[in-house]
Amino acid sequence: MNVPIVRIFAVVLLGFGSLVYFTSKWAVFDADALEEKPENRRPVIEEQQIPRGDIRTVDGVLVAESLPQGRGPNAVFVRRYPEGPLFGHPVGYSFVEVNRTEIELSENDLLVGEENEFETIIDQLRDVPQEGADITLTIDSEAQRIATDGLESAVAANSGAFPGVGGAVVAIEPDTGAVRAMASAPGYDPNTVQNEDEFSRLQTAQGAPLVNRPTQSVYPPGSTMKVVTAAAGLDSGEITPDTVINADSPKEISGVPLQNAGGESFGDITATFALTNSVNTYWAQVGERLGTDTMVEYMKRFGFYADPELDYPGNQMAPSGAINSAGELVEDGFDVGRVAIGQGGEEGQALASALQMAQVAGTVANGGVLMEPTFLQEAKDPDGRTIEELDPEEQNRVISEESAATLTEMMTNVTREGTASDLSVDGVEFAGKTGTAEIDVQEGINQPWFIAFAPAQDPQIAVAATVERCNGCFGADVAGPIATAVMESLLE
Amino acid sequence: MSARTRELFALIPVAILLVAGFTAVFVVRSDEIGDLSLIYGGYFLALCLAAHILLRIRLPNADPYLFPLCALLAAVGLVVLYRIDDALAGKQATVFLLGLVLFALTIIFLRDYHVLERYRYLIALGSIGLLMAPLLPGIGGQATNGAYLSLDFGPLSFQPAELAKIGVVIFLASYLAERRELLSVAARRIAGVTIPPLKHFGPLLVVWGAAMVMLVFIRDLGSSLMFFGAFLAVLYVATARISYVLAGAALFVFGAAFFSSTVPHVQDRVDIWLDPFAANAPEGAGQLQQSLFAQADGGLFGTGLGESLLRLPGPFFPESCTDGFPFCGSILPEPHTDFIYAVIVAELGLFGGCALILIYALIAARGFKTAVMAPDGFSKLLAAGLTAVFALQAFVIIGGVTKVIPLTGVTLPFVSYGGSSVVANLILIALLLLVSDRARRPQPTGSPGSPVVS
Repeated sequence: MNVPIVRIFAVVLLGFGSLVYFTSKWAVFDADALEEKPENRRPVIEEQQIPRGDIRTVDGVLVAESLPQGRGPNAVFVRRYPEGPLFGHPVGYSFVEVNRTEIELSENDLLVGEENEFETIIDQLRDVPQEGADITLTIDSEAQRIATDGLESAVAANSGAFPGVGGAVVAIEPDTGAVRAMASAPGYDPNTVQNEDEFSRLQTAQGAPLVNRPTQSVYPPGSTMKVVTAAAGLDSGEITPDTVINADSPKEISGVPLQNAGGESFGDITATFALTNSVNTYWAQVGERLGTDTMVEYMKRFGFYADPELDYPGNQMAPSGAINSAGELVEDGFDVGRVAIGQGGEEGQALASALQMAQVAGTVANGGVLMEPTFLQEAKDPDGRTIEELDPEEQNRVISEESAATLTEMMTNVTREGTASDLSVDGVEFAGKTGTAEIDVQEGINQPWFIAFAPAQDPQIAVAATVERCNGCFGADVAGPIATAVMESLLE
Repeated sequence: MSARTRELFALIPVAILLVAGFTAVFVVRSDEIGDLSLIYGGYFLALCLAAHILLRIRLPNADPYLFPLCALLAAVGLVVLYRIDDALAGKQATVFLLGLVLFALTIIFLRDYHVLERYRYLIALGSIGLLMAPLLPGIGGQATNGAYLSLDFGPLSFQPAELAKIGVVIFLASYLAERRELLSVAARRIAGVTIPPLKHFGPLLVVWGAAMVMLVFIRDLGSSLMFFGAFLAVLYVATARISYVLAGAALFVFGAAFFSSTVPHVQDRVDIWLDPFAANAPEGAGQLQQSLFAQADGGLFGTGLGESLLRLPGPFFPESCTDGFPFCGSILPEPHTDFIYAVIVAELGLFGGCALILIYALIAARGFKTAVMAPDGFSKLLAAGLTAVFALQAFVIIGGVTKVIPLTGVTLPFVSYGGSSVVANLILIALLLLVSDRARRPQPTGSPGSPVVS
C-alpha cells in the first residue's frame, strides 16, 4: 500500500507545482500585461492616492495643485487649476474620469514621483509615502497672459466672419530652447473637464478648444517660409544678400505663372531687398535654383519632417513639412518654388506649426544652432532636492554662424524699412518676417503670420504668432502686434 | 531530542513570524488600528503552547512537525487577517480557542481511533446529511455566489462540507480497508480491464453518484472535486489499481462536463475560468479579474504587508456598502476568505505565495509519511485520505484564485477567515496525529516488523 501513497504524494506535488507556475505567471511574467488591462482600476486608484506635484511657472505662479478629498489614509487627491483657461494649453489636465494630456501627461512620471526601484525600496524602509515632485515650467505667466489676450482679441475680431477660428503663439528662448509662452485659441478651462458631459461637449465644440494649436495644427506659413529658403540659399552658397535676380510679375514657376503681391514687378533686385519687401517671384526662383533636395535637407535641419523634440505627448504634436493632399509628408515631386514661399499644391504644400516657425526664428537668433525645445525649468522632490533642471541641449547646427548673422541683418531690415516697419519692440532693434498665407484669393481670406526675435544683436526671445483666418488683412497688422507685445513683456 | 522537544523548537519560527508580521502591519497601519489588537497574537501563541503541552502528555510519539506547520499557516492567516481588519484577527484567534478545544477533545476521547470503524455507516449517513443540510429551508443558508455551502443559525454560520469531508474519508477508509482484498483480486477480466464484482463496487458507485448530486444540488464544483479526489486517492491506496483511478477520473470528468453544461451556475464558473476577460463573460468574472490584478501588483516580493490596495479609498468606496469593509468596499472581493491567497501574493509577492504552498506541501509530506508508517490498513487509508483531502482543499482554492481550475468557494485551510474551516481542519490534524502516535510508538523490543523511521 505504500507505493500508491508515494505516487499520490508525487501527484500532489505536481498539483502544487502548477499553482507555483500560475502564481508566477500572474505575479511576474504576465504582470505588466495585466496592469495595462482596461478592466484594471488599480493603477488609476493608486495614482489618485499619491499627491501629485504642483506645477508653477518660472515666475512662481501656481498653475496646478492637488487637493485632498476625504481624510486620513483613504484620501484621494484631485487636481485644481487656479489660473483656469490661461494654462489650459499647454499644461493640459489630469483627472481620473478623463485621463490626462499635454504637460500633465508628458511629465507624469515626475509629477507622481516615479522613482527607480532602489529609491522605492529605501523609501519603503523609511516609510515615506510616494509623493510627486513639484515642477517649474519655463513659461512666464505674464508673457502667457499677454500672448493669450492678444490672440483672443484677434480671434474675437474675426470669429464673426469665421466661426470657430483660432490662432497660436509660441515664444522660445533661442539659446536654451525654453518655451516662455505658448498660447492657443480658442481655449478651455481645465477645471471643467472633470465633468464628463462638459468634456464630451468640448470634444465636439466648434473651434476644437481641446486642440493645442501651437504644436498640433500645421498651417501654410506664407512668406515666413522665405526665412527657411533664405537660410538654405545663404548657407549653401546659392545666394548672397547682394545676388540679383529679376523679380518681375508674373514669373513662370513650375510652368505656372506666379504673381507678386498686387502684381507688382520689381525688376532686378537683391536678396536683401527681396526679403525686406517679401517678393514672391524672387524667392520662388531661389527655391527652384536650390532644388527639392537641398530645400528638403534644410527644412529637415530646421526640424521639419519630424515631431518637435519637445517634452510633450507625441500624439499632441504634428510634424511640419511639404504635405500632399492625402496628408502625407512628401520629400519630392512637389513645386519647390511655391513651397519656398510657403505655398504649394496638391502634390505638396508647405505646412508648419507655430512651434516650428518659432524654432526657425530661434535658430537664426541662436547663430544657426537649433536648441531642443523644452518646458521643464526645474523639478524638486518633496524633500526640496532638485532632481531635474533645465539643461539646454543642441538639437542641430542648421546653418553657419556667418549665414545666421547675414540672415539676421536681412531680417532686421524687414522691421527697419520693410513689411514690418510699423512694428516696434520698446525701441529695441529686432529681426522679423511677416507672412500672409492666401487661403482664398477670390474672397481675400488670409492667414496672417509673424515670426521675430529681439534684440536683433543679442537675441533673448524668438516668437511666432498666427491667426487662422482674417479678411483682407496682413501678417504685420494682425499677427505682428501679438508677437511684439509678447517680446516686450519678456525683454523687461 | 524527543519528538515533542523538536515540536517545541519548531514552534519558535511560528512565534517569530507572528510577532514580526503583527509588528509590520501595526507600523504601517497604526493610524487605523488600535495597539490593543496586538494582543491577539500573544493570545494565539498561548493557545499553541497549550496544545503542545497536551500533545506532550497524550501523544508523545506523534509527528513533531505536523502541528507546528499548521500553526505556521494559522499565524500567516492571522497576520493577513490583522492587516485586512484587526477585528477579524481577534475573532479568528477566538475561533482557534474553540478549534483547539475540539482538537483536545478528539485526542483525549479518541485514543483508539479504530472505534470509528464500527460507526462507519452512521458517519457516512451523517456526512451526507450535513452536505445536504444547506438545501433545507429554515436553517439552509443563502446561496453564496450561487452555491449552497453554509448553514445559518442566527448570527452563526457553519459550512457543513468542512466537517463532512472528514466523515466521508473515515467511511471510505474503513469500508475499503475491509474490502480491499476483494476489490483488488480480479474477479473477471474483460478485454484486459479488471472488473471487480459489482457487489463490492456498488457502494463506490454510490460515492460517485453523491459527488454528482453535490454538483447538481450544492452547485459547487470545488467541493465535489475535493470529495471525489479524496475518494480516488483512498481507492488507489487500497487497491493499487491505476485502472480504477482512471475509470473514476473519467467518470468524474464526464459527469462534471455534462452537469456543468446543464447547471447554469457551474457553467458560468467554467466560462469565467476559460476566459475571464471575454467581452460577454458572465457576472462574477470581475472577481477572478481582480484576483489576477492583485497578484500582478505583487511581483516577486510583494508590496509589503498593508501596502497593497484593498479598501477602496475616498470616492471609490461604494455608498451602498453598509456591512463595512472587508465585506464590501474592497477592490478584491472576499479578501479574508476565498481570495486571501491573492492578498498574500499582492503583499508578500511570488515568494510569499510559494512559501505558503511549500508549507502545504510539507504538511502533505508529513501526512503521507504518517500513512506510510501506519501499522494497519485502516490507519494507512485514513491518514492518506485525510492528507489527500487537506491537500486537495488547498489546491482547489489556490487553483481557483490563480485560474488553474474554475473558481469555487472552499476555504484555504487554517489561513482563511472562518470558524468551520479552522475547527474541522484542527479535528483532521488531531486524527492524523492520533494515527501518527500509534505508528511511531516504540514497539516492545523483539517484536518483528516494527518500523524504524524517524
